[in-house]
Amino acid sequence: MLVMERNNLSAEIEELIKIYGPERSSLLQILQAIQRKHKYISDFAQQEVARLMNIHPVEVYSVISFYSFLHSIPQGRNIVRLCQTISCDMKGKEDVKSAVERELGIRFGETTKDKRVTLEFTNCLGMCDQGPAMIINERVYTHLNAEKVIQILNEIK
Amino acid sequence: MESITERKKTRTGPVLFSSYTQGEGVKKALQLGREDILFELKSSGLRGRGGAGFPTSTKWMLTAASIADEKFIVCNADEGEPGTFKDRVLLLEYPELVFEGMVIAGFTIGAKLGLVYLRGEYEYMLKSLQDYLEIMRNENLLGKSILGKTDFNFDIEIRLGSGSYVCGEETALIESLEGYRGEPRNRPPFPVDTGYMGNPTVVNNVETLASVPHIVIKGGEWFKVHGTSKSTGSKLFSVSGDCEKPGVYELPWGTTINELLNIIEAKNTKAVQVGGASGVCLPKSQFDRSFAYEDVATGGSVIIFNESRNMLKVLKNFMEFFVEESCGQCTPCRIGNVKLLEGIKLIEKGSFTFSYINKLKDLGRTMQVTSKCGLGQSSPNSFISILENFKDEIFQTNGRGK
Repeated sequence: MLVMERNNLSAEIEELIKIYGPERSSLLQILQAIQRKHKYISDFAQQEVARLMNIHPVEVYSVISFYSFLHSIPQGRNIVRLCQTISCDMKGKEDVKSAVERELGIRFGETTKDKRVTLEFTNCLGMCDQGPAMIINERVYTHLNAEKVIQILNEIK
Repeated sequence: MESITERKKTRTGPVLFSSYTQGEGVKKALQLGREDILFELKSSGLRGRGGAGFPTSTKWMLTAASIADEKFIVCNADEGEPGTFKDRVLLLEYPELVFEGMVIAGFTIGAKLGLVYLRGEYEYMLKSLQDYLEIMRNENLLGKSILGKTDFNFDIEIRLGSGSYVCGEETALIESLEGYRGEPRNRPPFPVDTGYMGNPTVVNNVETLASVPHIVIKGGEWFKVHGTSKSTGSKLFSVSGDCEKPGVYELPWGTTINELLNIIEAKNTKAVQVGGASGVCLPKSQFDRSFAYEDVATGGSVIIFNESRNMLKVLKNFMEFFVEESCGQCTPCRIGNVKLLEGIKLIEKGSFTFSYINKLKDLGRTMQVTSKCGLGQSSPNSFISILENFKDEIFQTNGRGK
């Protein structure tokens, strides 16, 4: 990481701590904000959060590793999460899954080479009456089928 | 896509989906005073709608009675149970009920701050909820001296989760709010005594809180008219799976499974999973049973399976879910769920022995009594009920389905 990038990130984390406060109860919110912007929380970001909040870096890492929406390794610009729970599964999740994998040439759990898309499975999205469902970043898409999902994926940058 | 207001107009129900004017509940609550609110709540018999069914009035009374400088009311909007989406509907279409329920709770127990723990998957509603809170602040339903009551200051903050099912367990939720890994704590002490930041805290489900304004306005006796003697009021059911009309329905407690199947136009139904992955799977012979705390208790998730479904595949989906979502803190849950899933894979391959499957059922029963929290205590439910209720299908075909 370049020195300038590091300085920017430090400044950004300082700003986040100003917004949310330096207490431990702000940790999850601060990590979510970093994740939202950078799509992952780098080692350096973890150390900076720890330093500025006066906790051990392992504490920060332990929180990241617990929550499935927080990542410590780089992800694509868009994180696509397809619901794998039973109701969506019965409505044709498998068709959607294979269509996406064919189209992007990667499997679930992987990121495209151009870093545009990361594919992930997720558990129940609370859209069981409108399945199959997925979320891209935080937007939700329902009533998917093979054709519709490809159209949606082609539209994201 | 139809708008929220249009969708709301199509909903009907005895309690939650009945008509309501913004601010009415809080206004009435301030007139009644703390004691009368608790009295109405107690006489209503309202019990926790998340699934556990703990009497809401008891939670509130214990917290109201404790002497502490700070108290909190937490709204558990982390609905992660497979097949549950009622809170999504309440938060999107009826935020006034949920938030005013929190204000009334805050007034009753003496809290100054309410926290909504919104699951990460629902981040898309954050903006509209925050906008609604702003409307409430402008109407003086939140903030300082609410509706002119000089000693009552209360505000609501929304915190996001990050994709963890176990955080729906109340003590795990509090850990998460405090910025830690969402690992459940030992209970006791219960949150009403030692909750958020060590202070007395009421943790209520979205639906429980949404019922409160109606009870305050119309009284506990009115609420009791609906439902059965032990399960008062109504319940939201999130229906999905093989039926013509999936969606959220408000029905009185005591409704039978058959009655629900008629309403949602389900045909050739083989099985109904009640209570999500952690609930039980009922065969046709039990469709005359009713939804109630004293019969088939549920947090509202109802998943319908028709004759074409392979029940072993359904069970495998549930067990994969638990293996992923177990927090790994206690041994029965961390290892038990993996063992149960391995057992299912053996049945799938046809290389199982009945004595081993029986041992796994025993393991399931051990998990039910030895796991630290509700996740491990209830994850064997579907394993045991599906293998018992559908043994002919599963073992005759070696689980490969028809």
